[in-house]
Amino acid sequence: MSRANGDGSRVRVAPAPLIELRNVTKYYGDVRVLDGVSFALHEGQTKIVLGGSGSGKSTMLKLMMGLETPDSGQVLIEGVDLGRAGERQLMRLRPRIGMVFQESALFDSLSVFENVAFRLSEVGTDEDTIRDRVREVLGFVGLEDAIDKMPAELSGGMKRRVALARALVSRPAVMLYDEPTAGLDPITSRRINELIIRLRDVRGVSGVFVTHRLRDAFTLASEIAVESGGRVRFIREDGTFCLPHTRFVMLRNGRTIFEGPDEVLRRSDDAYIRQFIA
Amino acid sequence: MAGMLPSPKAAVLEVQETALLAFRAFRRAFRKPFYIRDILTQMDHVGVGSLTIIMLTGFFTGAVLTLQSASEMSRFGAVGLTGTLVAVSLVRELGPVLGALMVAGRVGSGMASELGSMIVTEQVNAMRALGTDPIKKLVVPRLLATVSMQPLLTVVACSMGIIGGLAVAVGILRTSPDLYLNSAWNGLDYYDITGGLLVKPVFFGAVVAVVSCRCGMRTEGGTRGVGRSTTQAVVVSSLLILVSDYFLTQLILEYSP
Ligand SMILES: Nc1ncnc2c1ncn2[C@@H]1O[C@H](COP(=O)(O)OP(=O)(O)O)[C@@H](O)[C@H]1O
Ligand SMILES: [Mg+2]
Repeated sequence: MSRANGDGSRVRVAPAPLIELRNVTKYYGDVRVLDGVSFALHEGQTKIVLGGSGSGKSTMLKLMMGLETPDSGQVLIEGVDLGRAGERQLMRLRPRIGMVFQESALFDSLSVFENVAFRLSEVGTDEDTIRDRVREVLGFVGLEDAIDKMPAELSGGMKRRVALARALVSRPAVMLYDEPTAGLDPITSRRINELIIRLRDVRGVSGVFVTHRLRDAFTLASEIAVESGGRVRFIREDGTFCLPHTRFVMLRNGRTIFEGPDEVLRRSDDAYIRQFIA
Repeated sequence: MAGMLPSPKAAVLEVQETALLAFRAFRRAFRKPFYIRDILTQMDHVGVGSLTIIMLTGFFTGAVLTLQSASEMSRFGAVGLTGTLVAVSLVRELGPVLGALMVAGRVGSGMASELGSMIVTEQVNAMRALGTDPIKKLVVPRLLATVSMQPLLTVVACSMGIIGGLAVAVGILRTSPDLYLNSAWNGLDYYDITGGLLVKPVFFGAVVAVVSCRCGMRTEGGTRGVGRSTTQAVVVSSLLILVSDYFLTQLILEYSP
């Protein structure tokens, strides 16, 4: 990105972060859920947000999506201040971001196909394109066979994958994951994590990954997906160094208490972090 | 019971929010996209779905009204006016009001619990995240459905009421059907029809949809919250129907000669 300078020469300007929170405070009633949180996600980055339950992780994601408004501070998507953006602008920006909600939040009156197709049918995409795209994303998450099922017929892990497919259908540049593996068995969790790693490494999707499970966080920070000859392999780093574009953010009672790569997190001598990691 | 009564400040805020929702829904009703399929589904649910209870309500209201008034009328030697009394009571008040109360109980509760569960399971947030305006997608079709179906349901209720009255008048009181029907028809004027079969039902339909959707959308606190919202939707819309009926009647009487 560049812009004309005063004397006519062009200078390079660092692109605005995809998502930015500036000193955001959020209350629910009298409870301060977020307290002066600043956060930025740049293109190509993955940020892993850790924190105990009730620490404000979901609230943070909802603010990023413009689903909640901050009581003070600013939320920006691609440099646009959501507090000043009109509803129309918001509607245009939101599809750039995909979100997987904590409990999947599938539309329970719609079939898997209709759930995944939702975004496309809303913008009036033609039927053939919709069918192809839905098949494609359901194929990506490995659920082509469930296309005609209703959400009530799916297991927890399948619901998460449908939710992932629904968010991916508009090819977002950023994905927000709200505890995508919570309540799932280790094998199903592994499967979801692999999908997320593939999105990051093979498709270049930036992401914010919220979790209270440390194991998932370290998996994401230490494994990479490599595609060769149509096959995807997962390679594990030796675990001492964090992947270059993956950073940890730790929340506690609505405040950021840590930000950085995982090797630094592991060495932290903060009592709360030590206890969390242990 | 103390929990049922909101503080004055909260109550004023709630009235304001409900009015705002009504305003937004009306404005969005005229803007694209039009969710024709959702509107038709809702119309089917509100209209066809309520037909049976509305017919039963109308029939027995008309029947009991005839039974009560005929004995009263005979004391004044005015049995011939029974039809008029039944028709006027039905069309002016009982048809629109009882019809709306039944719809509030059947449809309003359903709307509140459906939207309420969508809120607590984050389906509404998911919808917003996918770029869809929930007021347009969820509230407007419900509003349009009740506003358009309520007058039709009221016509059905009143017709069934007059038939119910006829059954009692002929079968039990042994009056001639012609006498009853003529008296019923002649008793009604233009203002009874427009007021009772159009103005009131349209207004009551809007009340049920707006109040119920608002109750659903403000749900918090999981499954119990959904139950609370459902009760609230029925209680508040029923009360509003009865209160606004008084003022609408005053307005209609002022305009009729
Ligand atoms: N809609 C809401 N109304 C009131 N309180 C809320 C609401 N959503 C969340 N909270 C409260 O805010 C705090 C943070 O919630 P949340 O962001 O969901 O935490 P986390 O996702 O980290 O578990 C919790 O104490 C929760 O009870
Ligand atoms: Mg959460």
